[in-house]
Amino acid sequence: MSASDTAILEPETITKPTPNFSVKPNVSPEAMEGAQALVRRLEMEGVEYIWGLSGGAAIPIFDALVTTNTKIKLVLVRHEQGATHMADGYARVTGKPGVVLVTSGPGATNTITGIMTAHMDSVPMVVITGQTISSMLGKDAFQEADVFGLTMPVVKHSYMIKNSNDIPRVVKEAFHIARTGRPGPVLIDIPKDMSSGICTAELDPPMDLPGYNPEIKTDLSSVMDIAEALSRSRKPVLLAGHGALIANAQQELLKLAETLNAPVTTTLLGKGAFPETHPLSLGMLGMHGTAYANKAMVECDLVMSIGSRYDDRIVGQPQRFCQNATRIHIDIDVAEIHKMISVHHHAVGDARAILAELNKHVSRLDTADWQKHLDGYKKRFPLKYKKQGGLKMQHVLDELDDLTNHRAIISTDVGQHQMWAAQFCLSVDPHTWLSSGGAGTMGYGFPAAMGAQFGRPDAAVWAIVGDGGFQMTMCELATACVHKLPVKILVLNNHYLGMVRQWQELFFDDRQSGVDLEGNPDFAKLADTFPGAKGFNIKRPADVRKVLKKAMEYNDGPCVVNAECVKEDNVYPMIPAGKALEDMLVDAPKYKLEKPTGST
Amino acid sequence: MNSNDLHTISLYVSNKPGVLARIAQVFARRGFNIDSLVVSSAIDGNYSRMTISAKGNPEGLDQIIKQASKLIDVLHCIDHSQESVVSKEMALIKIGVDSEGRPEVLQLVEHFGCKVVDFTESSLILMVTGDSGKLDALIKMLGRFRVIELVRTGKVIMARGDEVT
Repeated sequence: MSASDTAILEPETITKPTPNFSVKPNVSPEAMEGAQALVRRLEMEGVEYIWGLSGGAAIPIFDALVTTNTKIKLVLVRHEQGATHMADGYARVTGKPGVVLVTSGPGATNTITGIMTAHMDSVPMVVITGQTISSMLGKDAFQEADVFGLTMPVVKHSYMIKNSNDIPRVVKEAFHIARTGRPGPVLIDIPKDMSSGICTAELDPPMDLPGYNPEIKTDLSSVMDIAEALSRSRKPVLLAGHGALIANAQQELLKLAETLNAPVTTTLLGKGAFPETHPLSLGMLGMHGTAYANKAMVECDLVMSIGSRYDDRIVGQPQRFCQNATRIHIDIDVAEIHKMISVHHHAVGDARAILAELNKHVSRLDTADWQKHLDGYKKRFPLKYKKQGGLKMQHVLDELDDLTNHRAIISTDVGQHQMWAAQFCLSVDPHTWLSSGGAGTMGYGFPAAMGAQFGRPDAAVWAIVGDGGFQMTMCELATACVHKLPVKILVLNNHYLGMVRQWQELFFDDRQSGVDLEGNPDFAKLADTFPGAKGFNIKRPADVRKVLKKAMEYNDGPCVVNAECVKEDNVYPMIPAGKALEDMLVDAPKYKLEKPTGST
Repeated sequence: MNSNDLHTISLYVSNKPGVLARIAQVFARRGFNIDSLVVSSAIDGNYSRMTISAKGNPEGLDQIIKQASKLIDVLHCIDHSQESVVSKEMALIKIGVDSEGRPEVLQLVEHFGCKVVDFTESSLILMVTGDSGKLDALIKMLGRFRVIELVRTGKVIMARGDEVT
């Protein structure tokens, strides 16, 4: 560039007009920007928080959060995946859809893991993504990603805004779809010219959803059939899943179990649907469920699922699952009936309404022998661990459960610590157990715990994570500090991807491949570097109670409790993937195992 | 029924962007190959009609129909494989043929009730309508000639009487 070029360019900086932000030209008094209409509609939906991270295509929407003087609080995260898990955690404890706001391209693609996690576990969520301007769509514009197409298999529904006037209706429909029927995530992709364009549409327009009918009229005769089948059972098991919690059916379930005098087991996500301290509780079933729950499934004469999808983690080998029992399925989603296993009776609809109806038609069953039999299993095969020989994850979790009196909100990551937490941290209250069940998303635990703390500010919230998963989303410590969230993060640290190592030990002749997490930071020291966060260490079994108590007393911000656990320990009971429940290993096997044929 | 049975499914859907992609995904995810697909506007322009022919096992199909019915933009999705339906298809077939072979082709045209819609010195384009079996038979008979191009519309169906398509 020559000197004369510079001289020509110079005046431009002088003549640059001063922007006047207060004046919006050509806007009638009722009209507002699309982004402002979006914010007003979010207010009408009762939104308290938006978890998000800005970027070029989303600036008009972030701007509207200022210009509308809204009371909705924006939580600026450090990575978009964290935003989705926070919205997810918030939704699971409150039942209200969590809202995520991100920009186009990488901002949008970073949300996909969180959207898929919510979709697999039926969690209501509305994800708003900025998009390049309409005229640039499909032209590989800067930060353009076809997020509408990319997310299609992992959303309940999605929208691309083509007209600013559609914004109020689309947002209204998105919340309606996210929270009704079987809940799930809904995505709204908003090109920048649509969010900054003028919207004159009314804020509460009628919805246009002719193909969506979430109000299911349950066939009463199907409920009567189930009542009749129950009346003939002497060895029943009730199986409660996430759907029982989503429907808030815990009171009706308790009444049903006590009326019938029938034992209850829950799935991983069903924890809290039935108090695990109740004498009729068998705890969790499935791959790493209790021995007595799994044995009950093998020997029962009737199994009734309430809002579980009989997934591969609980049925093992579908052809051999409860083959001699009457199989019953209650679900809101007709596509789940006969999907994994064939059932003799089913009822489609809201679990709470169906159980309430069922309760009118059932009476006490003669299950005394069955109970006695199962109590025998409880005595013979209790969940156990040794306090000697190094610090065990089970020990830390057992103490935590005791100190919190089963009343804390527990959010887990994925792996060995998750299964032990499910076994040792008893769930008594509904909506206090958060875990990525279907997706198995590492990195979920901590941000989901933050979302839960936003939703339940007065509750004690513990994120139980492994050293592997925590490092995927630990950047959100900064976000937790900004909002002074007293989330307690318990890092059960074995310097391994422990569950994969366990599989390699059991099924791959102990050939370790890609599981050693050398290079881990000092998590407690790391926490201390965040303003307002605090780090603790548990090095020996004798420290457990003392340090956990200290962490419970620290409420000025997040704290990280790093528990240095024994490196090599395995989760039992275990049903190898693809095996039937009969093939459960209650303890470490004394023989070489075949490679599992089941999925993962 | 075995896994190679052909199923015919009709869908009534909202005429919105992305609907076809969502439905195609339901089939693709379960490993069903779509043999033919016809989409057109319904009487009410806000909706579209789809007819999909696909091969696969009946259990898989049952799941696909449930999953497709669940889509927000799908009003209904019905399997007509076991029902009596009116089923029609059309094909355009370009045959390379000179004056010598032409009489024999024209004989076939008459027999199958086709129309010649393009006539040149070296080629003919035939238009044939009917059920898929009739089209298959004609195409087989034309195998003796030089078939330059073949375009089939794919099957469209309509349920008979009071049944809904």
